[in-house]
Amino acid sequence: MISFSQVSKRYPGGYEALKSVVLEIQPGEMVFITGHSGAGKSTLLKLMCAIERPTSGSVLVNGQNVGTLRASAIPFVRRNFGLMFQDNKLLYDRTVFQNVMLPLDIIGYDATDAAKRVRAALDKVGLLGKEKALPVTLSGGEQQRLAIARAIVHRPSILLADEPTANLDAAYAVELGELLRSFNQVGVTVVIATHDEQLAARLQPRRIALEHGRIAT
Amino acid sequence: MKNWLRQHWRGLALTLARLARTPLASAFNIGVVGVALALPLVFYVILENLQSFAQDKAPTPQISIFLALDAQTTDVRDIESRLKKHTAVAKVRFMPKDQALTDLKAKSGLSDVIASLGRNPLPDGFVIDAKENAPAALEKLRDEFKAWPKVDYVQLDSTWAQRLDATLKLGRLIVLVLAALLAFALVAVTFNTIRLQILTQRAEIEVAKLIGATNPFIRRPFLYYGAVLGLAGGVTAWLIVWAGLWLLNDRLGSLTQLYGASITLLHVSAPDAASLCLFASGLGWLGAWLSASRNLAEFDPE
Repeated sequence: MISFSQVSKRYPGGYEALKSVVLEIQPGEMVFITGHSGAGKSTLLKLMCAIERPTSGSVLVNGQNVGTLRASAIPFVRRNFGLMFQDNKLLYDRTVFQNVMLPLDIIGYDATDAAKRVRAALDKVGLLGKEKALPVTLSGGEQQRLAIARAIVHRPSILLADEPTANLDAAYAVELGELLRSFNQVGVTVVIATHDEQLAARLQPRRIALEHGRIAT
Repeated sequence: MKNWLRQHWRGLALTLARLARTPLASAFNIGVVGVALALPLVFYVILENLQSFAQDKAPTPQISIFLALDAQTTDVRDIESRLKKHTAVAKVRFMPKDQALTDLKAKSGLSDVIASLGRNPLPDGFVIDAKENAPAALEKLRDEFKAWPKVDYVQLDSTWAQRLDATLKLGRLIVLVLAALLAFALVAVTFNTIRLQILTQRAEIEVAKLIGATNPFIRRPFLYYGAVLGLAGGVTAWLIVWAGLWLLNDRLGSLTQLYGASITLLHVSAPDAASLCLFASGLGWLGAWLSASRNLAEFDPE
């Protein structure tokens, strides 16, 4: 589903975030990318969904080389993914409902169909009662769940999450882990960049460890 | 197709919602565009009125032909028949010298002086109405008549027509230059308005792009905003000019009545108003497109 062959990424300024990375992720897998900060975890995720382009090597997603795509084709690649960002990237001037609606708006869903899907996603993460609330009024854990709802509302085949438990206390982290597991169980490929050892111990995923931009063996 | 329509409808709805969310700012924006467009429109209306006034009230230009003093009756007959056969001549009026002298005596009050002259100093003459009143055509006729035998002098009273023509041409040039300048201003206003909007919606645009929004999808509401701004500005300009003319006509009516005349200013015609709105809308769209293309590019990777 996702395969990296000899992928290197050098940022302008000379910093080399990834060096000759080779990896393969099968459909339906749950994979943790681990490593200390600066090891290249975020860069790896960004290469998968074409937020960054590799300096050399190829990144294939569903057989498509996303590193060499035209800018106009990139949006359609992104729609295969559900993305959870380190800083959530919620829209704070829109309600919970409107935040989750955004991906469906972009794809161009029929309004009534979309509303049903939004409610289903909110129900799944336990925020159905708060659809009219603004994100600022939610707790940290709720905001994280809102981010999940937005990431999965268009039923992506791959869920990418960057440090999803970084700002959560232990109880919320457990809850979130269960949610991620449930998506994985219905066939969604889940790739998580994290250094949360407790989460890894609980979910027992395949682990890919990065060290200074290389895969540690 | 249905999806495409829905996307466009969504873009338009989003635009109108944005306009309604900041009513004062929107009103000022539209006002600026409206005033900018009203200026060339006023000049245009003045020109149109001048032109129609000139066509209505001005006499048709005439050519006067004066024969040599020694022209005989046969020469006069000859020229008269030539004029009547001429294809470019609409009407020929013969003005015999005796008649001209009587007229002069009656009109000028110089009868004593004229009586003392002893002989008639005036030549026989013809007054011609041409079929075509364009200055160039009249001048050609004048030169032609001048070359005929026994024709002493041909006078063309088309100077006023030439002057009016030149003035209108100048006026049209001024309107054109003014319109071009203010069209640029309209594009600039929309460019900056859209730029500001993009800056305030940075977060939203960034997120939308990250989760798979295409550039046309993001650009669309901004383009609609530009077009709606231009359209509303065009309508405002038309309303301003309409109200101005209405006020003027009201006053002008009572003023000209005192002079026993009636002058009313013509309003902007419906096709002109429609093309103004369409033009303004197109310019707004252009400004928005330039701005969106320029300012959205920075969101792309690399």
